[in-house]
Amino acid sequence: MNIVVCVKQTPARDSLLRVDAAGKWVSEDDLNFEINEPDAYALESGLQLKEQHGGEVTVLCAGPARAAQTIREALAKGADRAIHIAADHLGALDPLGLAKLMAAALRDEKPDLVLTGLQSDDLGYGQTGVILAELLGLPHATIIMQVEVEGGTLQVKRELEDGWFQHVAMPLPALLTIQSGISKLRYATLMGIKRAKTKPVRTVSAAELGDAATPVLEVARVYAPPRGKRTQLFDGDARESAARLVEKLRFEARVL
Amino acid sequence: MPTTSFRGVDYLLIETLFSEDERLIRQTARQFVDERVLPVIRDCYRDARFPQDLIPEMGRLGFYGANLEGYGCAGLSNVEYGLIMQELERGDSGLRSFVSVQGALVMYPILTFGSDAQKERWLPRLQSGEAVGCFGLTEPDFGSNPAGMRTTARRQGDTWILNGEKTWITNGTAADVAVVWARTDEGIAGFLVERGTPGFTTSDIHGKWSMRASVTSSLSFADCRISEADRLPAAKGLKAALACLTQARFGIAWGALGAAMDCYETARQYTVLRKQFDDRPIASHQLVQEKLACMITEITKGQLLAIHGGRLKDQGTLEPAHVSMLKRNNVAMALDVARLSRDLLGANGITDEYPIMRHLCNLETVKTYEGTDHIHALVIGERVTGIPAYR
Repeated sequence: MNIVVCVKQTPARDSLLRVDAAGKWVSEDDLNFEINEPDAYALESGLQLKEQHGGEVTVLCAGPARAAQTIREALAKGADRAIHIAADHLGALDPLGLAKLMAAALRDEKPDLVLTGLQSDDLGYGQTGVILAELLGLPHATIIMQVEVEGGTLQVKRELEDGWFQHVAMPLPALLTIQSGISKLRYATLMGIKRAKTKPVRTVSAAELGDAATPVLEVARVYAPPRGKRTQLFDGDARESAARLVEKLRFEARVL
Repeated sequence: MPTTSFRGVDYLLIETLFSEDERLIRQTARQFVDERVLPVIRDCYRDARFPQDLIPEMGRLGFYGANLEGYGCAGLSNVEYGLIMQELERGDSGLRSFVSVQGALVMYPILTFGSDAQKERWLPRLQSGEAVGCFGLTEPDFGSNPAGMRTTARRQGDTWILNGEKTWITNGTAADVAVVWARTDEGIAGFLVERGTPGFTTSDIHGKWSMRASVTSSLSFADCRISEADRLPAAKGLKAALACLTQARFGIAWGALGAAMDCYETARQYTVLRKQFDDRPIASHQLVQEKLACMITEITKGQLLAIHGGRLKDQGTLEPAHVSMLKRNNVAMALDVARLSRDLLGANGITDEYPIMRHLCNLETVKTYEGTDHIHALVIGERVTGIPAYR
């Protein structure tokens, strides 16, 4: 089975974030980066499927030069090869623009299965995977917690709301967006890290892939949620004021 | 994954000195310690037991003999290896000791001084963690002066008859194979003694206030018959045993940094959150800041020593007298950092809710084993004066 896993490099989760000078993104100075968490689970799922059914895992990653570290980590964990779409400002692309680049990079790949994280920890659109499925002409399912392959069919478990799940059978090839926390992530072994150096990485520029799409979606401003204090006074009858206070506490503050 | 994973201690852009491989390798060790060691180590220490479940997993990850070549070993550079030691000892000195002994004191001598048959028999199993090893040099009456050892091996045809006692042996009762040093007519020689060999018995040392999450044992040999095939053929004289210790000491210099980092980072976070006098964090007091400044400066100097030492070792120019400086400085530094950190946590610092007292007690052992602080001072003293002052 030929599996493509799409991964993104995002700021480490406990980073101290500062808005950049232009007010359009966070300042990347002295930030640590790591693999987007749901993508780490997508990679784990891909590696497990390869172990069960054979084949190859290819990592697809769009990002600036620093993303090479995330690609290297995926190769160290057991992916066989990688495609790096060299793109300096992912923030300037909307999900459609990025998915177009990714679809173009996969043009000659003919994957049986494409896995992505369900969303990125930084922009969090949750759209790139599904749009990519559409562009590749593949059926897709989102928020996947479990994947099994039986013959040419996928059996997947989707997470719905309120503790409900949906079990879906779907044909291959397909695209799945994977939920975080569904399995135990493997570590890159020391031998794996050494072997990763010898694995092929194909780097393509966004321009080579026909990067001409004008974003229809734009980040207007990045800012911290404003903090404010408002005082409300309840005048009048004590009994009535108490009732209104309880209502506020229950339905607005949600502390009761 | 824990949400508060360790982000490292780096005041002086030390990070820029590391390659991509070095960072990835440190990340594997760091995540392993955060996820697999920290959740269990306090209980292990309380109960005085080694976290045995971790032995095979550390083998799969490649931690044993990681800087050796062949037989399944990862062939890491010495800085890469050092970073693993740093992260392991950030977890606990006992864990780093286990890995140090396995790699530097058991696998290294078999690889360096062993026969092909010995290498093929033991190295793959030691690398995977399927077999555990220990190193028997110290004796009840001979610690800093191993040349005086009383354990003897007497040749009888193709057999050696071993008699004597070894003590303070990490992993002694847990070991499948012991590398044992004994006096023979031809000088000091090294032997591989398998668990269960008649005449070979082990017992644990109890009542330790230090290294409680590590197995420390005594080995006893009473007319224990060892085949000539189990003598390390290329280990000639005490210098072979000392060469193993140089390997291990290099790892200790890095490991001590990890213990110091954990103490410092615990204290730094504590002083920022702990409020006293007018609801101000104690970190806003000058005496507290002076301690933090002192600690981060000493840790940074220790990091630079370790990295420089590692690069020299990769070039093949790191000498035993250099390693003495690395080990002595970094362990003494870590012990000072642990004591200052304990101080900053006040009464809370003495409980096992925080790792500091555990590191502090462990580091008292680390200061003594593998060449005491004093002996390393004399090695350095001899190097700069040309006059040996050991007696």
